[in-house]
Order: sequence, then C-alpha cells, then structure tokens
Amino acid sequence: MSVELKGLNKTFGEVATIKNLDLAIPTGELVALLGPSGCGKTTLLRIIAGLEAPDSGAVLFDGESAASRSVRERRVGFVFQHYALFRHLSVFENIAFGLRVQRKRLGLSEAEICRKVRSLIELVQMEHLAWHYPAQLSGGQRQRVALARSLAVEPRLLLLDEPFGALDNHVRRELRRWLRRLHDDLHVTSVFVTHDTEEALEVADRVVIMNEGRIEQIGTPEEIYDHPKNLFVYSFLGHTNSIASPATPSEAAAEGSGEVAFVRPHDLIPVRDGSDPSSIAAQVRHVQFVGPVVHIELTTLNTAEPIEAHVSRDDFATLCLQPGETVWLRARQVRVFAPDALPSRRSEFQSGSARPRT
Amino acid sequence: MNATPTISRPKREPLAAGSESPVVRRTLIGLAVAAVAAFLVLPLSAILIEAFSQGIAVYFASLTEPHTWAAIRATVLVCSFAVPANCVFGVVAAWCIAKFDFPGKSVLVAFIDLPLSVSPVIAGLLFVLLFGARGVFGPFLTEHHIKIIFAIPGMVMATVFVTFPFVARELIPLMEAQGSDDELAGLSLGASGWQTFWRVTLPNVKWGLLYGIVLCTARALGEFGAVSVVSGLIRGETNTIPLHVQSLYDDSRFAAAFAVASLLTVFAVITLVLKTVLERKTAAALEGALTGRGRREGERA
Repeated sequence: MSVELKGLNKTFGEVATIKNLDLAIPTGELVALLGPSGCGKTTLLRIIAGLEAPDSGAVLFDGESAASRSVRERRVGFVFQHYALFRHLSVFENIAFGLRVQRKRLGLSEAEICRKVRSLIELVQMEHLAWHYPAQLSGGQRQRVALARSLAVEPRLLLLDEPFGALDNHVRRELRRWLRRLHDDLHVTSVFVTHDTEEALEVADRVVIMNEGRIEQIGTPEEIYDHPKNLFVYSFLGHTNSIASPATPSEAAAEGSGEVAFVRPHDLIPVRDGSDPSSIAAQVRHVQFVGPVVHIELTTLNTAEPIEAHVSRDDFATLCLQPGETVWLRARQVRVFAPDALPSRRSEFQSGSARPRT
Repeated sequence: MNATPTISRPKREPLAAGSESPVVRRTLIGLAVAAVAAFLVLPLSAILIEAFSQGIAVYFASLTEPHTWAAIRATVLVCSFAVPANCVFGVVAAWCIAKFDFPGKSVLVAFIDLPLSVSPVIAGLLFVLLFGARGVFGPFLTEHHIKIIFAIPGMVMATVFVTFPFVARELIPLMEAQGSDDELAGLSLGASGWQTFWRVTLPNVKWGLLYGIVLCTARALGEFGAVSVVSGLIRGETNTIPLHVQSLYDDSRFAAAFAVASLLTVFAVITLVLKTVLERKTAAALEGALTGRGRREGERA
C-alpha cells in the first residue's frame, strides 16, 4: 500500500511538532524517518497509524483519505518502542491476539489460527519460546514477538517506532539486518523511526531526514550521505569540523566571502610536509585509540579552533604523532553550504551533532 | 504477631556510613513493636478473651441467634451491592483519569478522595437530608412508597459513598504507569474497544483491582458511622454486624457483643493476608510497567 501525506500540521499545546509536511511513500518501500529527539518523527508515525489526528492536512492510503478510518480499520501494524506486549499472554497468544479478536470477521477456525501463529513463530525464530511470557524474554526476543504479532493480521503497512532503541548495540545490529531481510521477503510497505544514523543508512531504501517538524531531505542512503542538501543534514549524518574562512583550504577559499567550510574528520589527512598551500597547520592535543581508528584532537595554529581528524591505525603508526607536535592537515573533501542553507544557530547544530547519537 | 520485641543484629552487612548506631536502631524498633503491641495486638486479643469469657457454648449461641443471623445477612446484602457498584465506578473513573486528558480532571481526582475526608456520620446525614421523610426527595418517595432511609437501599448508598475511593485509588497509579500503548496495540491489531478492555486492560490491572476490592469489602463490612445514621437500627432488619455489636453492647450482653465482634476480627485477619499477597502482586505489576517503558515517556516526537 502506498502512503501519501499532504500538508500535515500538528500542534501540541503551543508547540508545533509537524509543520506543513508532505511525503509520499511508494508501495513496498522501507523508509526511515531520521532526526533528533523532538523533531516530530514519532508524531508523524502516530498520525499515519491513526493514533493521533492531524490538525490539518490529509493522510492518503492508496490515494484514498484515511481520515475517517479508525486505528482498527486502517490495517496498519504498529510496533512500539517498548514492544507493548500483553504481559499476561504467552508468546503464542500474543501473536494470536489479532487473529482471535477478528476471528468472526475473518472466518478463521482454531486450527487455522494455530497454523498461522506457528508459521509466524518460525519466521521470527522463536519456536523454543512459544509458551514463554514476555517477562521471560530478552529485549531482542520481545521485539521479534512484537513484530510477529503485528504481522499476524497481514497489515498493509508496517510502522515501527524506534524498533531497536531499547536494545544493546550488538543485538541491535543483528536485529536490523534481520529486519532488512524480512522486508526483502515480505515487501510490506514499512516506515520506521530512528535517531540512529547508521541504522537508517543501513536498513532503509529511502531516508527521510526531519528537523523541527519539517523534512530536510529525502533520498536513498547514498544520496543523502554523498549530497547533503544543507548543513543540518550534513552535520546530523556524522562528525563535522568547521573551518572558518581565511585559512580555508582548497576551493572554499576560492568561493570566499566569509563562508564556512566543513570537513569530516575521516576526510582530513595529517601530513608532516607543509608544502601544500591549501593545508592548515595544527597542533596535536590528544590522541585516542578507538578500535581500528585513531581520533586525533588538534587546534589550528592561526585561529586556535578545535579540529578532529580520524586516521587508521596504520597511517597513525607511520606518522608517529605525539601531543604538542605541529602537523599540516589536508582535506580530501570539503563542503561549503550557501549562506541561506546555513542555519543562523550554527553552533547549536554542531554541538548537537558533534557526536553520533546511538 | 509477637508481642516480645525481637531485634536481630545484622550479621553480614556492615553499617553504612552515616546510618544510625545499633542502640538508636534497637530503641526505634523496640518502640515500634511496643506501639503495635499496645494498640493492636492487645485490643484484638481482648476481643477474643471477652468473646470466650462465658465459655464456647455461649460464644456459638450468640453467633447463631436470629438477630445475629439477620445482621450477617444485612451486611452481606449491603456489601453485595456496594462492592460491585464501586468496582464498576472505580474502574470507569480510573480509566478516565489514567488514559485521557480532559479539563476538570484534577477536580474529579479530588472528588474521588472526598469520602476519605468527610466524616462517615456526615455522609449518612447527607443521605437522610436527601431521601429522608423531610428531605429533598422525601415527598416524592413517600408518594411512590419507596423506602430508602431506614432500609437497605439507603445503607447501600451510604456504604457506596464511604467506600468509593478504594478501587479507583488503587487503579489510577497502576493504569497511569502502564500508559496506553498496550491498548493502542490491541486496537491496531483489530480489537474493538470492548475487546481491548476485557482482553488487555483488565488483565493488566487484575491484581490492583483485586487489592482495591479487598480494601473496599473490608471497609464496607466494618462501616459503622454512615450506616448507623441511615439504617434506623431496626433489629433483625437493618442492623449490620457492626451495628449489632453496638446493640448487644448497649444491652450489656458483653460476651455476645464480643463474639459477634470476633467475626469482624476474623474478616480483618483474612483481609490482612489477602492484602499482603495482593500488594506484592500489584507492586510487581507496577514495577513491570515502569521498567518496560517510561524512560522515553516524555518524547512524543
């Protein structure tokens, strides 16, 4: 089922959480709504599900308005962040819930319900835990049950609210790959909300980046990462260094006019040779080994701005840098955003995205 | 319950820095145990001693006499109306308060607690003023030969009023902690509102509800003030167990009075046991609700 949102607005009290938002999701796509906390992504998801009514605007399912349809008539599967499993029911009965309450309408026999629930339990690999209760399951297992439960009623659209948010890192990676494979098999139109960039880029067919109730950019993970439309998208997708004008390296200097250039830490190459005129001199402050990567914190010599570079362990070993030493930084790739794309409260965005949120 | 103060010294756990010295701790525990003994255990044992003071035969004779039976019947009758009524009111009120936001919600919460702050005698008088012969609805009731005051209906009303908060107050915090995700999940799976209530909401709060019912029943059984005003103390008709105890006592039939009172004591002990068991179950349910969610509760965006 395709979903189309037209001119949506939603205000909670004084705060506008969704501002005149348009979005089209084609059938069978897996879409990530990505943004910082409070950007309106969960509200948007709840509006699509019918759990929240928009103040104005339309939600269209396959071109038809869904406004008059209640939650139960929309045939939308909703997976809650904290699973919302029925704690008094076993895994089997949780998954069977949707079929049992609609038994008459769907004309199902007990045997059919059993067969269907069993196949779903197999799908989510929970055969050995079918008669366990939610309290006896781990977070990842609960999330799989929640997913199976919502799939039981064959939803035309699957909505997932921060589906992996409450899980630890290892389980999260495993589960999101599993979700990706599941989607490849089932092809049900799915929308999931996340504030984890890596998750969105890894799992989704298309990523919708939201900020303050608006959509900043829509595109495939590659498009979004390689061609960020504005500074917000750029800085939300990873670490950034800002380099103020006079010493701006490469083409940024040519475009001039006091613009700020941005460069990712892994695009900075520290070199001992300062002959390249576009490179900037900086002093090493701290060196941190983070697994296979070395994080080097520096300050530029002319403007005393903090700057961070990430290099591989091998490169670091050849450089053999010590805190206090001076090096030259060359940039592989620099981004300059047109002044109108620069949000006025730049510093805030940077502090908000200097570290990836996981 | 043991009247001798038993103080066990913590064997393995050392005293945390800044905590009380053993002397202070022993004194405090000793005082608490002494207070419980003096004000609860002693009077309760006195009831039993008095009840059997004239022998077991008198004890059972006073329990089986017709007026006592009538009092038991009246009490059971009143409770069998008042408790289910409050159960329904309590669930509905808690549901409204916990799951919806509406103007005047805090006023409603305050009103639910009103019976706890009003003296039961005043509550009884209130019903007399409304439904008594010279009350607001008095003439209408007399005309249609409906008897409320000095009859069971009035006693049920007074009991409902006095025991109103018990179920609601147990359920509100539980339902609030559980939020409405479970219900929304039910609805999104195609359940109707009614199905969601029976299959999701009620099982989620069953222990809290039972706890509320136990408290409500205990209060309804023992209610004296409000019921004594509206019952008219007609022996064999509108005397409930607590009122009957009072009547027997007024007649100087002390052994009989204490024998009937021992019935209420037995109920109290049963209530205490049930309450302890249910309290644990409710606490577990509440904890389950709080650990399952809540951390990101505020984030709706």
